[in-house]
Amino acid sequence: MSESSATPTPAGASVDSGNTGVGGRVPSADTTPEGPISAQPVTGNKTKVRPGDRIFRGLTTGSGVLVVVLIGLIGLFLLVQAIPSIGLDQVNFLTSREWSTNDPANLRFGILDLLLVTVATSVVALVIAMPVSLGIALFLTQYAPPKLARPFAYAVDLLAAVPSIIFGLWGLYVLAPQLAPIASWLNDTLGFIPIFADGNVSSEIGGTIFTAGVVLGIMLLPIITSLTREVFQRTPVAQIEGALALGATRWEVIRTTVLPFGKAGYISASMLGLGRALGETIALTIILLAPSTTFGGSIFDGGATFASKIASASSEFNDPRSVGAYITAGLVLFLLTFLVNFAGRAIVSGKKEYR
Amino acid sequence: MTTATLDVNQPATPPAFQHLSTGRRVKNGIATALVWLAFLVAVIPLVWVLVSVLARGAHMVANADWWQQSLGGLLGDDVGGGVYHAIYGSLVQSLMCAVIAVPIGLLVAIYLVEYGRGRLAKATTFMVDILSGVPSIVAALFIYAMWITTLGFNRSGFAVSLALVLLMLPVVVRSSEDMLRLVPDELREASYALGIPKWKTIVKIVIPTALSGILTGIMLALARVMGETAPVLVLVGYSGYINYDLFSGEMASLPLLMNSERVSNPSPIGTDRIWGAALTLVIIIALFNLAATLLSRLVAPKKK
Repeated sequence: MSESSATPTPAGASVDSGNTGVGGRVPSADTTPEGPISAQPVTGNKTKVRPGDRIFRGLTTGSGVLVVVLIGLIGLFLLVQAIPSIGLDQVNFLTSREWSTNDPANLRFGILDLLLVTVATSVVALVIAMPVSLGIALFLTQYAPPKLARPFAYAVDLLAAVPSIIFGLWGLYVLAPQLAPIASWLNDTLGFIPIFADGNVSSEIGGTIFTAGVVLGIMLLPIITSLTREVFQRTPVAQIEGALALGATRWEVIRTTVLPFGKAGYISASMLGLGRALGETIALTIILLAPSTTFGGSIFDGGATFASKIASASSEFNDPRSVGAYITAGLVLFLLTFLVNFAGRAIVSGKKEYR
Repeated sequence: MTTATLDVNQPATPPAFQHLSTGRRVKNGIATALVWLAFLVAVIPLVWVLVSVLARGAHMVANADWWQQSLGGLLGDDVGGGVYHAIYGSLVQSLMCAVIAVPIGLLVAIYLVEYGRGRLAKATTFMVDILSGVPSIVAALFIYAMWITTLGFNRSGFAVSLALVLLMLPVVVRSSEDMLRLVPDELREASYALGIPKWKTIVKIVIPTALSGILTGIMLALARVMGETAPVLVLVGYSGYINYDLFSGEMASLPLLMNSERVSNPSPIGTDRIWGAALTLVIIIALFNLAATLLSRLVAPKKK
């Protein structure tokens, strides 16, 4: 339920504050002014570290190191396996829009199209999820009756418990037909704007970036909401009461206290949501049709994202050279999500008032 | 003098509470309506998804064979069969993942709460955050590059478990960390005061106090990895027969079964199987969530 990333508590700060209490206490026993009351010299023990302590400390520290090493290993292994294939690539792998890996002797792959579709679906998802999540977070912290706030929050969190494969199936077979009228209305009315132009996929079936974005937006709701909610909850009560005392309406209270206070947290939450959207795999593999067509710039196109391209080819992973092409795509995706997550965390970790 | 026209009935000061201007009241009303609407927008898809899975999968799941048979030997359009092979695969892969991820995750959490200071602790917290943002397909590709290409093992259920470890680890660390931090320092200090070593304090005092929360977190993390699809796509082949061996051969799991029926079986029977498996997955995840709630009640530390 609770997304692992759902702790906006900035990393380093909480660690320090939590530990000065515990870790600092053991050595301080030697220097306590009260000293040992008993006549027995306790000082003899202080240099001796118990073997149990040493082992336990080693184990826990080792696990901490392991996590750090693990991230490095992910980057390293992907890089090592991507480089040979990039060398074999017959076209420029950054700017080409081709993707043909069936013949390992003639690899032609470029990530531009994948990048464009990935970004397009994520942007559609964010456009939907950001305002709605903001509304939900405000609802849960400021509007919902206090007794119902927890069950309501639980209901929103439940959305995160639904596996993405089920969202994908629901999106294509249940939601897409319902979205078709909206899609064709957008297309008819705003078709002169390139992003709403006719796409390369039949909008009746609905395997479009538009459908994928809507489903992805729904999947992002619990993620963005839970982080934003936590920040909104920390709005200083004195500020809220001050605004109320000046005669502000509830909306004015939110506009003058909650929103300015929580803005950075909300943006950070949206960045983490974006990171999640970029890497979403199976829901988009199911929904997006025409994975081999070139992206024409319309949200009614089909296509393939990094993740869906890899997933749909995964059953044919045989030749290491072809696999290398997909690992290259995976590496780019890894770097992309790393950067987005890093930026998202950096926004809140500088904020003292969130701690 | 201008006070000539002073109205003696008028209070000297205006009333303390003035009426809101229409503009402010309208704005407030619009905001309230929008915020309620946003919440409904979130609840509708949740209900809609669950109802459609239930409506399309119920008739499959209601059959006792569904829970006791595999799809071995059945063609795409053969009626009957069941998914116990996939349920077995899902459970075993997730449990193996938990066997690896829970001890490591718990140790990392203990490190962060009880020992970690300075640069390494900051790096670890940061990397846990990054790990929680690693897409499942990247985790799968990493295990593929390491376990299968580099170390030369075959695709197997165990490879899936390894990839799931990457996805479960940050969840376990985060939830355990939160729970360990809730343990009051007084308990630790009382233990130190009795001369008990630090490691024994952690094992006998801190962990038991936080146990219910830690277990809840583990159950929720398990429920989450069980629905992951990307690792099973990349790291193990699908088989309609039951395979008890986690370490070799093709092994079904519920998400993999759904995907393989979706890709290779266009018949209505295939669609039925997909929704049946979807409902089965939802039921299992709901059971894990329920177990998490029950565990947190049962194992809660006694309050006097």
